[in-house]
Amino acid sequence: MTEVRVRVPTALRDLVAGSQSVVVDSNSSGDKVTVGDVLDALAVVHPALERRVRDEMGRPRVHVNLFVGADNVRDLDGLATAIGPGAELSIIPAVSGG
Amino acid sequence: MDTLVLVGTTKGLFALRSDDGREQFELVGPSFAGEEVYATCIDTRGAGARLFTGSVSNHWGPVLRRSDDLGASWTEDERAALTFPAGSDTSLARIWQLTPGPADQPEVVYAGVEPAALFRSHDGGATFELVRGLWDHPHRPKWQPGGGGLCLHTVLVHPDDPERLLIAISAAGVYLSDDGGESWTASNTGILVPFEPGSPELEFGQCVHKVARDAGDPESLYLQHHGGIYRSDNGGRAWTAMTGIAGMDFGFPVVAHPTRPGTAYLLPLESDEYRCTPDGHCTVWRTVDGGTSWEPLTKGLPQRDAHVTVLRDAFTTDGLDPAGLYFGTRTGEVYGSIDDGDSWQLLADHLPPVVSVRAAPVG
Repeated sequence: MTEVRVRVPTALRDLVAGSQSVVVDSNSSGDKVTVGDVLDALAVVHPALERRVRDEMGRPRVHVNLFVGADNVRDLDGLATAIGPGAELSIIPAVSGG
Repeated sequence: MDTLVLVGTTKGLFALRSDDGREQFELVGPSFAGEEVYATCIDTRGAGARLFTGSVSNHWGPVLRRSDDLGASWTEDERAALTFPAGSDTSLARIWQLTPGPADQPEVVYAGVEPAALFRSHDGGATFELVRGLWDHPHRPKWQPGGGGLCLHTVLVHPDDPERLLIAISAAGVYLSDDGGESWTASNTGILVPFEPGSPELEFGQCVHKVARDAGDPESLYLQHHGGIYRSDNGGRAWTAMTGIAGMDFGFPVVAHPTRPGTAYLLPLESDEYRCTPDGHCTVWRTVDGGTSWEPLTKGLPQRDAHVTVLRDAFTTDGLDPAGLYFGTRTGEVYGSIDDGDSWQLLADHLPPVVSVRAAPVG
């Protein structure tokens, strides 16, 4: 069991009673805890928040970025990116501007 | 009695409310600022009105919400009321239609979505199930999207037989079920396809924009197609072109008068390339003889430099008699009439682009 803090963007804080972050206990589905595992755990305790991040097929939404520390998981292994104890997962809306 | 008009825009939900017999409306909103609200519903079958919205955020995806206090507060089901089931290999893109079920089954609610699928709730919208009969239809892999996407935008429940359903999809056309959604038959006989060589009659593939049911005869239907206007006298089993509005084949909405037989409204647009009201005239057209003839309604509507677009679900009635009629434009105006369309007034302007309007007496 790995405890991970998930940073919640301002636009979604109403879904977690105004909190800037939530802590979830994640179980590893393999030999390491991954971003996907953290989101699976998030889906149990805060399902409305989790489905803003992933669709019902489990894919991250196109205009949502997930960062482990300072690294965008798109540049790493996506949902398979490992996340260690004490690390933070940040949910960040893409700029998607013009 | 108050009258509520829900105005869904590309930047959130607004509401117009009147407590003085529809003489004046007060605008409130936006709720869900930044979300595209393509589906709204005012369900008046229960003890109090229940509101639904289907919206989508560019970032955070689609959301279904309900309100039992006329929009003062909204709830979103914790477990997502409306999602594609595991194994469907599909995710919900947008909710296009939220329709109350039969009058005597107040817990039944239908939802039409993109990619094209029909969902049904048996618990007042708390949870929805995919209607498998349509999802498994052999035509589905061949359906092609219209300009707005592959959307199921129309759900009509027969008032005398809740097992009889009509749905319409852009650009697949009309499908009928006589067994509560277990099985479906494409029903587009008579509808031409002008955008294909030779304007063939196809079993399916028609770009039907909207269908409305006549108030007096439930077998009579009006249909706005991408390239023509049609009516049916047999519950949608066959369609006949209506030719009463010369040169105005294109448009999105069609609305039937809520109580008067043979009466319906169109808001034609100029060509499928321009898609604005023709010649700068914003005109609603009305038939009172089942579509044989049409009259232009212009009183109170802009007749100079008015190049506006009204989308398929942005024109509605409040169900009263005389009918309140309301439409919103992509340039952010909302017009209303409380005399069956004889005269109109501007109810709101400078809103974001309007994509859905629904109205009903409440309270």
